[in-house]
Amino acid sequence: MSEMLKIVDLHAEAGGREILKGVNLTVEEGETCVLFGPNGSGKSTLLSTIMGYSTCKVTSGQILFKGKDISSLSIDERARMGIGMMMQRPPNIFGVKLGDLVKAASKDEGVLGNAELFKMEGFLDRDINVGFSGGEIKRSELLQLTAQKPEFILLDEPESGVDLENIDLIGGKIKDLLYEHAGPVSVQRHVSSLIITHTGQVLDYVGADRGYIMKNGRIQCAGRPSDLLKHIKQNGYGECDACQAKTIQ
Amino acid sequence: MPGKDDSVREALKTKGAYGKDIDLDAYEEGDRDADSVKDLEDSEYKRYMENVGVVADEMERSGTLMFIDNGMSHCSPKTQEGLEMSTVSQALKDHDGLKDFIWKAMDPAKDKYTAKTYLEDGDGFFIRVKSGYHIKNPVQSCMLLNKEKSIQNLHNIIVVEDGASLEMITGCSTIRHANDALHVGVTEIYLGEGSGLTYSMIHSWGNKTNVRPRTRCVVGKNSHYTNNYVILNPVGNLQSFPVADLSENASATYNTICIAHEGSDIDTGGMVNLNGPGSRAEIMSRSISMGGKMCARGRLVGNSPGVKAHLECRSIILKDGGATLAIPELEAHAADVEMTHEAAVGKIARDQIEYIMSRGLDEDQAVSMIVRGFLSGSINGLPESLQKELDSAIEQANLGD
Repeated sequence: MSEMLKIVDLHAEAGGREILKGVNLTVEEGETCVLFGPNGSGKSTLLSTIMGYSTCKVTSGQILFKGKDISSLSIDERARMGIGMMMQRPPNIFGVKLGDLVKAASKDEGVLGNAELFKMEGFLDRDINVGFSGGEIKRSELLQLTAQKPEFILLDEPESGVDLENIDLIGGKIKDLLYEHAGPVSVQRHVSSLIITHTGQVLDYVGADRGYIMKNGRIQCAGRPSDLLKHIKQNGYGECDACQAKTIQ
Repeated sequence: MPGKDDSVREALKTKGAYGKDIDLDAYEEGDRDADSVKDLEDSEYKRYMENVGVVADEMERSGTLMFIDNGMSHCSPKTQEGLEMSTVSQALKDHDGLKDFIWKAMDPAKDKYTAKTYLEDGDGFFIRVKSGYHIKNPVQSCMLLNKEKSIQNLHNIIVVEDGASLEMITGCSTIRHANDALHVGVTEIYLGEGSGLTYSMIHSWGNKTNVRPRTRCVVGKNSHYTNNYVILNPVGNLQSFPVADLSENASATYNTICIAHEGSDIDTGGMVNLNGPGSRAEIMSRSISMGGKMCARGRLVGNSPGVKAHLECRSIILKDGGATLAIPELEAHAADVEMTHEAAVGKIARDQIEYIMSRGLDEDQAVSMIVRGFLSGSINGLPESLQKELDSAIEQANLGD
């Protein structure tokens, strides 16, 4: 396996404050990684910085995607290289129809036919995210990502704000996105991902290969996702401060 | 024709309430002997017409009227029971009763532009929908300015009688060699009880053209009037402030969609007098300055109890050097009125641009998509025919991509 994403000693600011304080992290090709961490630890900032959002400013370090430092590339250049992101709270865009963005994101004319699979056929003529419920936003994001067909997917809390009825659909669609290229025999995966989760609910649908815990703008430790989740559920994140030995530098 | 009385002559000195004063003496009267255009498809004017939503093949249209300067060059009503189309001068010969309508909604002494049209005995289109008829497809009209340094003085009358309805699309344009010209279009509209009119105007003038339309609509009881005004191409100086007078339970909707390009000075909006109890109005304006001056006005006057009205002006400045001014006004003279307004001047939110870019579109494409949505997608209820023409006009307006 080769490295799809390698973050090297990344420092970044948001709102004039340093949020990422030397992040080191690797996602191999075809690997699904989960990112745990308390609120305010810098997880969403890390994903936004990888995607290239201007609210996050890289002050030092590297973001290597398929071996190339992308930290000075624009968002669309990163998207065209194969990075896609599901935002936790995407903006409302009045006047722009969801169907138009889905079409623009794909080169496939028939892409709107997928909407039914996401229960979004009635939303294609609606303004993007305007009046959407939590579950509808997630389904909209996944429909767009499916049209976009990225090789590496950033998912920011895909299960948050989703009711039990929707979680099956959303979990299933994330699984489809990640395993899309898996053949009937081969289990080789080509779509890599980095998923932020608080509850670990998404792990019921996708098999994660590696987990990271982030705290205070740094990756505190890495390990098997199920072990990390179990530990967090039992002990919270309090022990992370006393566990500096495991910090990846 | 009514006498050219002294008060109207005096009004030739009256400047318009808004907008730059135009020196009428700098222009000569436009020709009344317009070229007769029999076949619109084969006409040299076809591309100018189609640029402003007037389709030459007349598919899905109930008829077409065309004026070049001050003369009618084409009138092709399809056989449609209940619909009458001609010039106002012809209609005055055909209908004695029209005298009761002409220059009644509009005071010819309102300002120098109405006075000039009155005194020059300006002709224009006459459209009547007889009581109880619903005209299925839109009627289209086209006003072309064809002569440099000339005035187009048109006086149009639309009558939609009780229980009838009509959709009208008017496209106004300048032929390339008539850039510095003046368009004055006076339009009087009379809607009977329980009737409806959607009147959509799409414009493509020259960058030195001066434009002074004057429109007033008398809306009968339980009737609805929609006024859609679209200008996306450069213009010299444009000032428009249509007025609607609503009777009991009548309603009016104004949608104005403008782009002020560099060198353009646009002052537009509208006024609704909510005279009848229970009447309702909505004035919506979406404008973008691409370096030009844009003034969006709206005035709602509540004169009866139980009226409800909302006014919304939203503007974006996309290029340095542009200016925008939003003037929403609410005036009430009765208890139990509900009138609100919103005005916003801003920029395109960065997070919206970046969100679209994260799907692989470059920044220009993302801005263009948002601007298109801002102009056309955020106003509900535009007729399908106008939406199609609007999309096409926005496409041609070259918004950043």
